[in-house]
Amino acid sequence: MLTVLLILIPLITGLITFGLKGAGAKALSLLSSFATLVIAVIAWQQAATAPETLQFVAEWIPQLGSQFNVGLDGMGAMLCLLTAVSFPLIFITVYGREYDRPGAFYGLLLLSQAGLIGVFTAYDALLFYVFWELALIPVYFLCSMWGGERAIPVTFKFFVYTFAGSLLMLTGIIYIYTQTPEHSFSWTAFTALQPGSTEQSWLFWLFFVAFAIKMPVFPFHTWQPDTYEQSPTPVTMVLSGIMVKMGLFGVIRWLLPVLPQGVYIWQEAAIVLSVIGIIYASCIAIVQTDLKRLIAYSSIAHIGLMSAAIFANNEQSMQGVQVQMFNHGINIIGLWMIVEVIQNRLNIKNMQEMGGIATHAPKLAIALVIVSLANIALPLTNGFIGEFLMFSGLFQYNAWFAAIAAVAIILAAVYMLNMLQKVIFGEANALTSTTADLKTGELLAISVVIVIIFVLGVYPKPLLELVDSTTAMVNAAAWVK
Amino acid sequence: MIHLVWLVPFLPLLGFLINGLGRKYLPKSLTGVVGSGSVLAAFVISLLIFFEVRQPGFTPQVVTLFDFINVGSLHIPFAFQVDQLSALFLLIITGVGSLIHIYSTSYMHEESNEGFARYFAYLNLFVFSMLILVLGANYVMMFIGWEGVGLCSYLLIGFWFRNINFNKAANKAFIMNRIGDLGFLLGIFLMIQQFGSVTFSEVFEKVPALGEGSIILFAIAMLLFVGAMGKSAQVPLYTWLPDAMAGPTPVSALIHAATMVTAGIYMVARSNVLYSLAPYIQAIIAIVGVVTALLAASIALKQNDIKKVLAYSTVSQLGYMFLALGTGAYTAAVFHVMTHAFFKALLFLGSGSVIHAMGGEQDIRKMGGLKKWMPVTNITFLIGCLAIAGIPGLSGFFSKDEILANAFGYNKVIYALALIGALMTAFYMFRLYYITFSGKFRGTHEQEHHLHESPAAITLPLIILAVLSVIGGYVGLPEVFGAPHLLHEYLSPVLVSEHPHHLDHTLEWGLMGLSTVLVIVMIFIARGKFSRYEDTGAENTGIAKVLENKWYVDELYDAIIVKPLLVLSRFFRDGIERSGIDALVNGVGRGVKWGGGRIRLLQNGQVGFYIFAMVIGMIVLFVISLFL
Amino acid sequence: MPVQYYIFLSIALFCIGVMGVLMRRNAIIIFMCIELMLNAVNLLLVAFSKMWVDAGRIDADAAQLFVFFVMVVAAAEVSVGLAIIVMMYRNTHSVDINILSRLKN
Repeated sequence: MLTVLLILIPLITGLITFGLKGAGAKALSLLSSFATLVIAVIAWQQAATAPETLQFVAEWIPQLGSQFNVGLDGMGAMLCLLTAVSFPLIFITVYGREYDRPGAFYGLLLLSQAGLIGVFTAYDALLFYVFWELALIPVYFLCSMWGGERAIPVTFKFFVYTFAGSLLMLTGIIYIYTQTPEHSFSWTAFTALQPGSTEQSWLFWLFFVAFAIKMPVFPFHTWQPDTYEQSPTPVTMVLSGIMVKMGLFGVIRWLLPVLPQGVYIWQEAAIVLSVIGIIYASCIAIVQTDLKRLIAYSSIAHIGLMSAAIFANNEQSMQGVQVQMFNHGINIIGLWMIVEVIQNRLNIKNMQEMGGIATHAPKLAIALVIVSLANIALPLTNGFIGEFLMFSGLFQYNAWFAAIAAVAIILAAVYMLNMLQKVIFGEANALTSTTADLKTGELLAISVVIVIIFVLGVYPKPLLELVDSTTAMVNAAAWVK
Repeated sequence: MIHLVWLVPFLPLLGFLINGLGRKYLPKSLTGVVGSGSVLAAFVISLLIFFEVRQPGFTPQVVTLFDFINVGSLHIPFAFQVDQLSALFLLIITGVGSLIHIYSTSYMHEESNEGFARYFAYLNLFVFSMLILVLGANYVMMFIGWEGVGLCSYLLIGFWFRNINFNKAANKAFIMNRIGDLGFLLGIFLMIQQFGSVTFSEVFEKVPALGEGSIILFAIAMLLFVGAMGKSAQVPLYTWLPDAMAGPTPVSALIHAATMVTAGIYMVARSNVLYSLAPYIQAIIAIVGVVTALLAASIALKQNDIKKVLAYSTVSQLGYMFLALGTGAYTAAVFHVMTHAFFKALLFLGSGSVIHAMGGEQDIRKMGGLKKWMPVTNITFLIGCLAIAGIPGLSGFFSKDEILANAFGYNKVIYALALIGALMTAFYMFRLYYITFSGKFRGTHEQEHHLHESPAAITLPLIILAVLSVIGGYVGLPEVFGAPHLLHEYLSPVLVSEHPHHLDHTLEWGLMGLSTVLVIVMIFIARGKFSRYEDTGAENTGIAKVLENKWYVDELYDAIIVKPLLVLSRFFRDGIERSGIDALVNGVGRGVKWGGGRIRLLQNGQVGFYIFAMVIGMIVLFVISLFL
Repeated sequence: MPVQYYIFLSIALFCIGVMGVLMRRNAIIIFMCIELMLNAVNLLLVAFSKMWVDAGRIDADAAQLFVFFVMVVAAAEVSVGLAIIVMMYRNTHSVDINILSRLKN
């Protein structure tokens, strides 16, 4: 029942919020996101002790053999927690801002939250697909209506791109559905089916492309920098912090256990693409002058590593990926928070025009330094645990891939430190010397991020133990060579 | 006492938190007390631990705080290991660290309240990281400290962040260190793959099973050494250290001379079991060490910035330490780490005192005759120079002599090169000394007016370090003296695979005499040339110009690494991303639009045409159904 | 009479209708040609119905019912179509269907 509440609260409050104006919409959405957070924390506790109590099944479309089947395993609970933590942070950060038609803005955000939680909880393929699209559509409207000057073409590209991927996945889902003996969409039926290896081989691509576009993995990534650049920052936070995790989640929940042989056949290809993406995106990040695009490319590089680690599919890499899914979400939301503040104060994105912020806004500068360091995986920040385990896992799979991918830790230092130097250090210019420091709400949100960064960086045990069961499931499902 | 070892890093961390969070509210005096006091308290605890560890029959103890990473069979606890080696490093770090903290309270006094607190917070954080590095009971813990000290070094080099060049130097230091860190990290992964563990005791237990000369062992040893090259500024990753002198002088003394840069030596000494089974890697280490020692010494001959000379001298001395490690004389390396910490910290702090008196001037050509105004600094600096040059009786002599003797036993060519380096050391140090402290004052009149001896908070650490520089060598007397080598006995439980080269006694006396005589000759040459130095402003030519420009290594790296990387990145951005992949993606969209435009033309609005098409269609269907 | 005669006549009528619709531009003529095609079909329906009844299938005469349906629908269609043509003539003073292609813009 808790799981259903997790979906229902944002869904219902989201619909109500559409009818509200101004402060009411803000207050209700904040309240709703806190309620979701509370439930998510309780669910997290239960997922650790008795995950079966979180399962909820009801008839949905019996004619098609599809059920409303939701539940939480370790990874699901972790991602729900991430979603539930992120939304209040996002709302707090932008609490002082005014958007046109706030009712619609906050309502759409809450609807996408409902969709996201649905994706992470669905144990029925059709339901999964429905939530997958439900999460996407509000984001489309948010980007195109509240986005930057090129928002319409950019969001159009984003939508068509991801939608094309979704359709491939739908084809795959329907094909597997028709093959199941009892014509069922349930996850158990899907994993039990195990089609022949030729079928798995091409089915793999239907699913992989859909997930690869979402993550995004090279060369399916070009929608991402544009979209991140053009979207309003709260939406970028949702997109980069949580929505890209849908792709990774999809691979772990719906690809590895369902098509293990297909994965085995194409594992190496997927890893090669990911590794190319890591280096490629890191290099491009070095020569970016736009702050938002720089972060976008750095995110592609990070996601590339996660994707490579998933397909390496051993215990360390899988633990690392899941931990990193959470931590990357927190870190990148932290980064966007700071970008949002800088944008709000200076209204520029070009880093060449910034500089000297540290003199006038020391708190902002310290926050940016800490989050950047977490982003380049400095030990004792949360970013380190995941990256260490992922690289180590990838190394066990193939040392050369790991060695090449690990060059990214140097490149990451290059672009992140250059960014710091250009944005906050140096002498202030006429524009940046007016930068006001963090306000209470912003400070609160960023402090939460920083606390999470250090707590999980020093003591990652709760997170590692939470996702243990999922790792065991996926590793066991892996086709034995 | 051992179970309280966590207090040693924890106290500086506490200092960091107090100073960092309260930087707006704390007065300078309190900040200084918190900053210095926390390190001093850590020193006291370290001292107590040291006395416990010194007891004969002490076995290494591991204090586990909590599980850090636990994945399947891989356990990485957050644990500290107390043994002879880490206890010694604890003493060096907290001891020299406390002195430098005390020195800083005076040196940094002109900073704003907030800047002062920020400085002490960073410095405390550094001490914390460095302590984690040497206390860690496994390689991941070491790596945590390893990256932590890199971070603090970055923060402190760029302490005056308004200067963009300082920031660039900080970036360079961090990035070059990261290149080394990559090697370290890969080494750790290989260890996990091979041994399923990164804990020192377990790894060293399993290493011999691989057998001497195993390729995997070579790979691990080499990868770890790459890490050490970055952190300890060895060829080819040394160029960041001279640039790191952008930071405040006490930082240079603590981080870039006494402690952080010796982390690489600590790592190799800690892994001595591993390295002794990889003789080829040892040879590489020895060669890298001696090349670094020579290259850096040659550059130091022609530098005019007081801190740059000391920086290159540090690189060169680190080279000696690696030479010692490469020859298998681990104790000699650790010995030199210790003596070097004393005299190099002394020299840096002395130079800080000079810079302070000169109002920020660092160019030695604009100094001169300072001994008249700064007697304490003059004497202590002279002691430092004598120690580093290797005058018998001072600490540097004993440690350097041990390294040279081992080098002689290892390979005569390497010995000769190392001896040449040692002579250059004597020469450039005394060039520095004479240009700075004797002759006439060459600065502006205003500077001359302000010249003064530094306050007690600065001179006291100088005096203490000077004393240590003199007596520090007596813990490791050479064999020929007949006295026991205390340090060797102390460290032998940890450095189990040490195999020093024992020389014939007459030969050893001979070598000692030879180097001493040559060093004294070099000092007199330097004195003759520079004690009445006048700044002629003449441009250097030929080899001197090459040396002044540091062999153009920075330019070389720029041309072969930085520029190509940028070109490649731009090619990715413009060539592949924009006109390749993205153009393809947009091309699909454009293609659909274009195709739609063409097909639209069929819809021409002529009803006759539609009907005609319909009839033709019907006929075609009719024909198909009839004949197929 | 053999049913073939009816078939040939009806094919001829139908083809005349099709050609008329295709070739002529006058809307009224096109209408008449459509009627011609409908009636060609009606003729066939009646002919086949008669044939099956003669062959002993009593219920086959029900087919003639369809003819009435077609006639009714044709009448309805003509009334609507003629109305459109009248309106068209009022607006354009022409019953040339190609003039209507202007609608596409």
